[in-house]
Amino acid sequence: MSVNGTLIQLFHICPREMWLHTHGINMEHTSETVYDGKLLHETSYSQRPEKYTEITLSACFNNIPLTGKIDFYDAKQKIIHETKRSDKAEVAHEWQAKFYIWLLLLNDIPDVQAILEYPKLRTSTTVQLTSHDILHLTNTISTIQHLQQSDKCPDKIQSKICKSCSYYELCYIEE
Amino acid sequence: MKKSYYLFNPGRISRRDNSLKFTPVDDLGAEGAPRYIPVESVDNLYTFGSLDANSALYNFLGKEQISVHFFDHYEHYTGSFMPKDFLLSGKVIIAQTEHYSNSSKRLSIASKFIEGAAFNILKNLRYYNNRDKDTSVQIDTISQMTPQISSARSIEELMGVEGKIRLTYYQTFDLIINDFEMGPRTKQPPSNEVNALISFLNMMCYTLCLDMIHHTQLNPTISFLHQPGYRRYSLALDLSEIFKPILVDRLIFSLLNKRQIQTQDFDHQLNSCLLKENGRKKVVKAWDDKLNETIKHRSLGRNVTYKHLIKLECYKLVKHILNIEEYKPFKAWW
Repeated sequence: MSVNGTLIQLFHICPREMWLHTHGINMEHTSETVYDGKLLHETSYSQRPEKYTEITLSACFNNIPLTGKIDFYDAKQKIIHETKRSDKAEVAHEWQAKFYIWLLLLNDIPDVQAILEYPKLRTSTTVQLTSHDILHLTNTISTIQHLQQSDKCPDKIQSKICKSCSYYELCYIEE
Repeated sequence: MKKSYYLFNPGRISRRDNSLKFTPVDDLGAEGAPRYIPVESVDNLYTFGSLDANSALYNFLGKEQISVHFFDHYEHYTGSFMPKDFLLSGKVIIAQTEHYSNSSKRLSIASKFIEGAAFNILKNLRYYNNRDKDTSVQIDTISQMTPQISSARSIEELMGVEGKIRLTYYQTFDLIINDFEMGPRTKQPPSNEVNALISFLNMMCYTLCLDMIHHTQLNPTISFLHQPGYRRYSLALDLSEIFKPILVDRLIFSLLNKRQIQTQDFDHQLNSCLLKENGRKKVVKAWDDKLNETIKHRSLGRNVTYKHLIKLECYKLVKHILNIEEYKPFKAWW
């Protein structure tokens, strides 16, 4: 099984969500928030699709296949643009962006930056990749691969963000 | 909020741009004024009248994940158009199959279904026992039978217990319902008004369960209580056991006792009794209203509709078969 940007992001939000997602338990179709995010993605920066390219990347690291789909990549300025709905999971978004920068690096494209854009908040954050980050990503992908192969679903994280998660009902329904 | 559409009148449904158009057509072939149905508002379609449609329409419905359920002239469920499975999880199907083929795992899930059903049946009986309907004999009998559920050693034995509970339960219908006699449970065809309502609404409940299962990763043909795979989507039968007392039976009691449905709503033949079209419309309306009623859910702390409870039941099953959390059947707590 390969590791992709979505899994990196999900892992940093909630390992359980990542486990469920990787085992084909998808809930996104039930979520208004996800639909809203998709719509936002399609409607923000409408002039951009012509200027930038959508690229699919893959690489292999320590025998773990890695893949990623970058929505907007500005090849000239070497900038990845990621549009996000809210900054609630900003740390996870950053790791996803860093993973893409790393993927480009593994494909011999160095010195790439990423910009996380939050059109609804009218803010953006710049993300760079450090050698320390690469170490973290290396550890993360091996943990993810381990989880993918495991039959045991990680525990609930019992966090405030669970309430807005599309998996909330699945996780918290009891009797 | 998406809703179910019930098509009673004959007509033609077609795709119009990216939405739906229904044109009623009468017996003589004359077209009436078309109605436009925004596709975003459609959860599923129930067709009771004869319906004309072409493949372009079904392609469109499939893409929009809208299922269509068909019923014949005698109100029997005849089948469904189900969109392509969009929630496939090999992991879940394998785990579901494994829970079916391992007899102790299968028995454990099957007995939970009966446990939930029996609990909800007793809930109904206690409710009416507190309202001048003496159902105490049946409450005692069923209460005495419930320990047999968990001690059953085989599915057959479990089915036997279930049958006895249901038989005892049906005895109370004549006590609870004021002006109608049910007598013995008869199907194909139902012999009187009460039996007709039970048959019709049980089928609506089954269809609803099927629809809910389709929105999860569970496979509707692999069941635990009922024998899987033949004739029906038997997992829907399993699930409906739990919900029939709460959704179907309570609705029947209130429809008849509040005189919302009366003798003239039925078509009485020599050996059968079926709902007339007008009666069917009333029942379907009441059913739909019931499904959209909400309760505050204990473990979620949210308001959920009765309809949604069935989907939540599917989630619990998914968690059980993936060994995440043991399945506990839905038990009405109010």
